[in-house]
Amino acid sequence: MQRLIKILKKPITSTFLAIIFGILVAGAILFFSGYSPIMAFNTLLKGIFSRPKYVLKVIEKSTPIILTGISVAFAFKTGLFNIGAEGQYIIGSVVAMMVGVSLRLPAIYQVPIIFFAGMLSGVIYGGLIGILKAKFGIHEVITGIMLNWIAFYLCNFVVDSQTFHKPSTMRSLSINDSGFTTLFYKWKISKEGIEYLRQNKWLSEVLLKTDINAGILLAVVVAIIVWFLLYKTSLGYSIRAVGNNAKAAEFAGIGVKRNIMAAMTISGAICGLAAAITITGVSPHAIYKLSMFENIGFNGLFVALIARTSPIGCILSGLFFGALNYGGNALQMDLGIPSEIISITMGSVLFFVALSGVVPMVANKLAKRREKNVE
Amino acid sequence: MKISSEYAVQMKNITKNFGDCRALDDVSIEIKKGTIHAVLGENGAGKTTLMNILYGLYQADEGEVYINGKRINMKNPNIAIENKIGMVHQHFMLVENFTVSQNIILGKEVVSCCGILDMKKAKEEIDKIVEKYGLKVDKDAKIADISVGMQQRVEILKTLYRGADILILDEPTAVLTPQEIKDLIEIMHRLIADGKTIIIITHKLKEIKASSDACTIIRRGKYIDTVDVKNITQTELADKMVGRNVKLVVEKTPAKPGKVIFEVEDLTVTSKVHKGINALKGLSLKIRKGEILGVAGVDGNGQKELVEAITCLSKVSSGVIKINGNKIQNTKPKNVIKNKISTIHEDRQKRGLVLDFSVAENVILERYKEYPYSKAGILNYGEINKFAKEIISEYDVRPEDCVNMQIRELSGGNQQKVIIGREIANDPDLLIAVQPTRGLDVGAIEYVHKILVEQRDKGKAVLLISLELDEILSLADRIAVIYDGKIVGEFLQEEVNENTVGLLMAGGKI
Amino acid sequence: MLSSIMSIINTTLMYSTPLIFGAMSGVVSENAGVVNVGIEGIMTFGAFVGAAVGFYTQNPWLGLLSGSLAGVILVVLHAVASVNFKADQTISGMALNFIGPGLSLFLCRLLFKNKTTTTRIANKLPKIFGLVDVTVLLALLITILLWFVLYRTKWGLRIRSVGEHPAAADTLGINVTKVRCTSVIVSGFLAGAGGAAMTLGVVSQFTPTAISGQGFIALAAVIFGKWKPQGAYGACLLFALAQALAVTFGGGRIDIPSEFLSMLPYVLTIVVLILFVGRSMAPSANGKPYKKGKR
Repeated sequence: MQRLIKILKKPITSTFLAIIFGILVAGAILFFSGYSPIMAFNTLLKGIFSRPKYVLKVIEKSTPIILTGISVAFAFKTGLFNIGAEGQYIIGSVVAMMVGVSLRLPAIYQVPIIFFAGMLSGVIYGGLIGILKAKFGIHEVITGIMLNWIAFYLCNFVVDSQTFHKPSTMRSLSINDSGFTTLFYKWKISKEGIEYLRQNKWLSEVLLKTDINAGILLAVVVAIIVWFLLYKTSLGYSIRAVGNNAKAAEFAGIGVKRNIMAAMTISGAICGLAAAITITGVSPHAIYKLSMFENIGFNGLFVALIARTSPIGCILSGLFFGALNYGGNALQMDLGIPSEIISITMGSVLFFVALSGVVPMVANKLAKRREKNVE
Repeated sequence: MKISSEYAVQMKNITKNFGDCRALDDVSIEIKKGTIHAVLGENGAGKTTLMNILYGLYQADEGEVYINGKRINMKNPNIAIENKIGMVHQHFMLVENFTVSQNIILGKEVVSCCGILDMKKAKEEIDKIVEKYGLKVDKDAKIADISVGMQQRVEILKTLYRGADILILDEPTAVLTPQEIKDLIEIMHRLIADGKTIIIITHKLKEIKASSDACTIIRRGKYIDTVDVKNITQTELADKMVGRNVKLVVEKTPAKPGKVIFEVEDLTVTSKVHKGINALKGLSLKIRKGEILGVAGVDGNGQKELVEAITCLSKVSSGVIKINGNKIQNTKPKNVIKNKISTIHEDRQKRGLVLDFSVAENVILERYKEYPYSKAGILNYGEINKFAKEIISEYDVRPEDCVNMQIRELSGGNQQKVIIGREIANDPDLLIAVQPTRGLDVGAIEYVHKILVEQRDKGKAVLLISLELDEILSLADRIAVIYDGKIVGEFLQEEVNENTVGLLMAGGKI
Repeated sequence: MLSSIMSIINTTLMYSTPLIFGAMSGVVSENAGVVNVGIEGIMTFGAFVGAAVGFYTQNPWLGLLSGSLAGVILVVLHAVASVNFKADQTISGMALNFIGPGLSLFLCRLLFKNKTTTTRIANKLPKIFGLVDVTVLLALLITILLWFVLYRTKWGLRIRSVGEHPAAADTLGINVTKVRCTSVIVSGFLAGAGGAAMTLGVVSQFTPTAISGQGFIALAAVIFGKWKPQGAYGACLLFALAQALAVTFGGGRIDIPSEFLSMLPYVLTIVVLILFVGRSMAPSANGKPYKKGKR
């Protein structure tokens, strides 16, 4: 009993319970719509785990939202709601694409320059929100939403422009392949590569049908760096102090405005990084019109909230999100279940996360009842 | 206890727990109709909790409440209001950007039809009560724009408007001038003459003697005694309250002041609350090394603005603030700390601490960037914890192993000890203490006073700003009285008494 | 010239209407101290249910009512979590932004042969004098009504008191939970109506992009309008005016790429905020759960 109480009090327990309850709700909805929830669940799991290709695809899809999730989580630590992550991601993609298309340098220069450009544009875009908040007191939610739409139209403009538009498509040109970070890219399109892969089925599926890249490793590294920054450095200390009690921080001589700007800058940089990873790592290495409806930044809000703003937790919740999203396609194709059931599941999970403050309360009640029994 | 309608209120065997903490343990109290009954106890003794139960804000875990001899289940304030009980809370329960009349009628609105407010009729009803008890207020003023004394009147009016016969006043005098206190006691007597019953929660002995008929003493959640106020002395009351003999004076040797180290000259600051008015109107003061300067005054006469100006939280319009000859006005809080001024802020939870941080993280709030606590931007938790442990043992912070506990979990007194330890560790030339003992129990108060005197004896300058006149009179070597944004009188401790200071605090002349 | 001015006015009113419904939804709940970031999701659900009921019953008014009630059903989740269980209001509101659109498209596919759009409705909501949509008038009336309720009735006094100082309201016997819950439910009703106004008045069918960002713009309008109905109304009009200008002068009429014209409303909002509005004061207890007997 005592162990149960202890387990219930851990935050991770209530998050797991929230996930279970969220899935149960989705199951109930499926049941009442005339589908078999068990079969759906089975198909979902198969759609995620049954082939190495699927797993790799999930990882590939998760990578950018893990990063936007970390970005949002980081801003949360200063008490800012970075709903503008979407815009920072879009602007990062746009600039990374433009640089990647315009320049044709050896990979050793091309790749870092694209990354730098993507991050810098994220920094400027996020920093703008920070400056407007710090200097003019304008709510970051307003500026975030407005800047999202500005980025969206800017993206459309660039995709449609003569310089960057790929004729008779909805997308831009691809960046020059010296900027690709897809693993073994050169080798797998070379003659020997194709020859070799033809003999090895497993490897050919892994390498040819996915855009396997080092992005996920980078995301993990970023999560660790952000965790270190927050909890082990003086900058992280001041950012958390401002986020938890700006008035006390101000009184102790910590620059509140400076930290707000710093946090938004870093938050924007992480979004820009996510964009650069996608552009360089995932085909077609280009941006689309209507970029807003990919929701990479917006889904970062979900990832950060599920992770309770823990940067390390964002890795797990980002993978969870990516897996559900990818597996949802299988539901649609194999069983004809509308893939929107996934959004419903995620919404329900989030809802139960919001409710999860109840779990420790229940634990306390249990503990008290136990005490009474002992007495 | 015999239940009888002779008593307005009878509370029998009340027990209340907050989590693991027992706030009230089997407390009983009886209040005769038409009397003023004081509930005396230290901060945290449980007197407010007891009254909140009477008012239905909390539910007792055990025990019964009788009103006029009838058992009542006080589930919520509505039931209390129905039974003609009204309560004036220590922290006023007023909506700041509502007008006085809106605050009074809230919850019992005067409506014409379909819920539409009839403010004209409401004001007429308020006027009737105002005239009957002599409680003049500006009905259309916003709460944020009126003085604390006026706000208290609004609170009393709120209860009377609801037809209260039993009034609970929680620490009503804490923020009033001596004159306003006299007025309040007069109003209380007028209410009694009209047949009302008043319960007053306080820890001020003098006011009990001046106002009350009977007094119930509570200590650490337990009932101690009920006494007839006429037949008991202040010292006897104090002993019962604390449970041991308390010294009412602070032990200290005469000050040996050195050279002037800190100066404020002709300081003018505009008010943030009232537009176009100056909160400080040419205020000047000087502090020497090795002395405690006490600033006495009623809340809202510029103390807050003075502290904010010195600590550079707000800009000054004109005037100079100098420490060791360096001007610091209109710079940044960081510069103030660098110039060796440390401040114990009155609102420790808002300005002093980051409640979600651990004790260790809180002690480096002002020096997290300094060696050895951080090096090249990386925090060194070994050193930070060592520093925190030093403060914990030197200032006797409980529990002893709280280094990595969230500071939120510490009691108010222990939180204050952490702040004091942190500020004194800065080795300041000037230590500013604003209401340093607010909300602390007697033991902690004595401790804080001792530390301030110790700092003085080490040759530091101490600026003590307090609303508790007794604290200023017993602790300060020099006393300055602040009224309406100016210093209106300065005295040495031995050449002044309470009456003179009280008169000046209220805007009188000597 | 005159005709283009008329068309600008008309377009402004058309664009502003769903925003105004959404903004009033935010004003109600935030004045009671509950932040509702789920307006977007609620509007989407209202838009779908409104269009679907409008199609099946052939009665747009029934559609509007159903859309509003759909909003209520969805927002009850937020009310229960954030008011009764003191949950984090951002999280539980955000959940609605996933559940609302998800549920809409899910049901849409089930009911309309696996399509993500509903069949076009035959009867749209009527126009007054054949000129402006009736929803334009409704939006104005709701704004005036809301202003009246908030500042001239006892309910308004109570709503604002639980948003400013819930403990004070509690000591006067006002049931904070009840007032907050009611406000949030009204908020859901209005947001649902806003969504339905879009699909029944403007586009005549539900599409996945029928509501794309209006809920968030409405959220911004609430802050922009300093939490007052009249202020938020003005903010919505200003925003819609900028959109109307962009549409009117877009399409090659002047030599600026249409994308940049489309940015105008968003840029304008930021500029106006920098120049004129500045720091805004939310209701003091906005976003904070009220815990009784907290020590």
